[in-house]
Amino acid sequence: MDNEILKITNLKRIFRVGNEDVHALNGVTFSIERGEFVSIMGTSGSGKSTLLNILGCLDRPSAGEYCIDGVAVSTLSKKELSTLRNRKIGFVFQNYNLLARTTAIENVELPLMYNSQVSSKERRERAIEALVAVGLENRLMHMPNQMSGGQQQRVAIARALVNDPVILLADEATGNLDTRTSYEIMSLFQDLHDKGKTIAFVTHEPDIAVFTTRTIKLRDGNIIEDVPVEMQSAALALQNYKEFKI
Amino acid sequence: MNILSLIRIAIRALMRNKKRAGLTMLGIIIGIASVIAMVSLGQSSTLSVREQLSGMGSNMIMIMPARQMRGGVNMGSASAQSLDMRDLNALEQNTRYVANVSPLVNSSAQLVFGSNNHPGSIQGVAPSYLNIRMYKLESGIMFTDEDVKKYNKVCVIGKTVVENLFKNGENPIGQVVRFGSIPMKVIGVLEAKGQNQMGQDQDDVVLVPYTTVQKRFMAINHFNMLFASATSEEESEYAATEITYILRSNHKIAPGAEDDFEIRTQEELLTTMSSVTQLLTVLLAAIASISLIVGGIGIMNIMYVTVTERTKEIGLRMAIGAQNRDIMLQFLSESVILSLIGGLIGIILGLILSYLLSYVLKWPFVVSQTAILVSFLVCAATGIFFGWYPAKKAANMDPIAALRYE
Repeated sequence: MDNEILKITNLKRIFRVGNEDVHALNGVTFSIERGEFVSIMGTSGSGKSTLLNILGCLDRPSAGEYCIDGVAVSTLSKKELSTLRNRKIGFVFQNYNLLARTTAIENVELPLMYNSQVSSKERRERAIEALVAVGLENRLMHMPNQMSGGQQQRVAIARALVNDPVILLADEATGNLDTRTSYEIMSLFQDLHDKGKTIAFVTHEPDIAVFTTRTIKLRDGNIIEDVPVEMQSAALALQNYKEFKI
Repeated sequence: MNILSLIRIAIRALMRNKKRAGLTMLGIIIGIASVIAMVSLGQSSTLSVREQLSGMGSNMIMIMPARQMRGGVNMGSASAQSLDMRDLNALEQNTRYVANVSPLVNSSAQLVFGSNNHPGSIQGVAPSYLNIRMYKLESGIMFTDEDVKKYNKVCVIGKTVVENLFKNGENPIGQVVRFGSIPMKVIGVLEAKGQNQMGQDQDDVVLVPYTTVQKRFMAINHFNMLFASATSEEESEYAATEITYILRSNHKIAPGAEDDFEIRTQEELLTTMSSVTQLLTVLLAAIASISLIVGGIGIMNIMYVTVTERTKEIGLRMAIGAQNRDIMLQFLSESVILSLIGGLIGIILGLILSYLLSYVLKWPFVVSQTAILVSFLVCAATGIFFGWYPAKKAANMDPIAALRYE
């Protein structure tokens, strides 16, 4: 019970399109425990984005229960959901979503700006800490347009880490990156996983999913597969890739 | 999120689009500048009118007989004979707020000196008349109470009279001028005063002891008018009340009956004159504020564009925990800062403009603190009012849709 970060029970999400009800999620049940690195897979239209939105508290289920870190989400107000996102969830997006013409450090500080309990001094310290953790200690004052895609994604990961969330939600986080950079980012995620972070990683690439510890496959709003994976090392893959290329 | 970081974020966001922010501000700048310029121009015109009027003696009080009705015919006030020596004495002795009193007895005669002549308006007055009307002597002396007592044939004349009678540049002092058939000695010349507000030449004047006019010219005992001056401008209301009281008891007017005289203070005249320029000020300000509204609409327009442009940023901020209120405040503070900076520049520009205009028009330059304060508040209000809907739109976005927005 204590180790259960996230628990969803018979989760349904129904959208109304015109006169028809579309069942994006059709009764999904699973839980994620502390320290797991879960990949959520599925083709487009399988409901994985809807699931991620609900897991990220951006959307609310039409039916079913969702508990994150012991909090039942369906009872919360919009305002409480915002606070929940701010304190317990870290988002990493496919297209980074960094603020343009804003330094790395300020981008990373952003979530803490919406947390009045964090002083500006502490905010800065924690932002630097997070950037060091993703290996960008030399890029603190760089703007997004002065950095490569991989570096930008690292800034985004640092931003997701800065509020010390209970779970990291990554949405196709390697989708915009080349193979090599993808491996680097996955290696970074694995480092975080080693340090005890819980990560849910949405992807449609099977060769990215092999770097996680568990795969949940969705199709048409239902879970069709939920299996543990023998986690492969992304660092090793990166090394092999380099040797193979050179 | 605290105010300081809100302001910082807003300024940074505005700095990203300097040209756009500048152009948007221009609307507010022009609006505020024109409001400030118009209001302070209006006020300086009021002030210049006030200055000219107070040149006539701002604590002056005029007392004239009331219009009289005889058998339903309005006889005007000239025919009335209600003011006389008894009133003058009473006002000289029993008052507290009245500084000076002088009667006025009008007469007119053709003035002749040598081969020159001039139609003169002769004013029989007391020596204190000089103080009441704020006339100054250029040369010579004013006649005295002694001259009044003895009906002496002396006079003090204005510049226009000097120019018309002494065309060869003779010194008027000591000369004898004929008023019709009566010879009078010129003992003083008044300083030029120019035209008054109504366009009358204040220098076309001959001052004579009032007794001289009464006894030697007209053979009457009453006065046409009384002039008084209050002890100060502020006390002219008290003085008027006092005069009313004394004259009513002097004339034995029963309570409830109408006065048989009229009192007019300079203050009333001032109010009438000012109301015209004030109306003008309001009108100008109203026209100028239309440009302020147009400027505000400019802000609204640009804020809508900004919100749409930054949909993704809004989505991100919401995803990482910004509440609707935070988003709302972020965009509101942008529009408020935009309009406040615009307002500040507008105020400075407006002051420069009104300074230049008042310099050209030779009007006194007035800085209206009220106008500045009000326009600053109006600016803030404009920013909030016209920024409200765009900010509301931003705050009500669905984070999922906003994040996907391309």
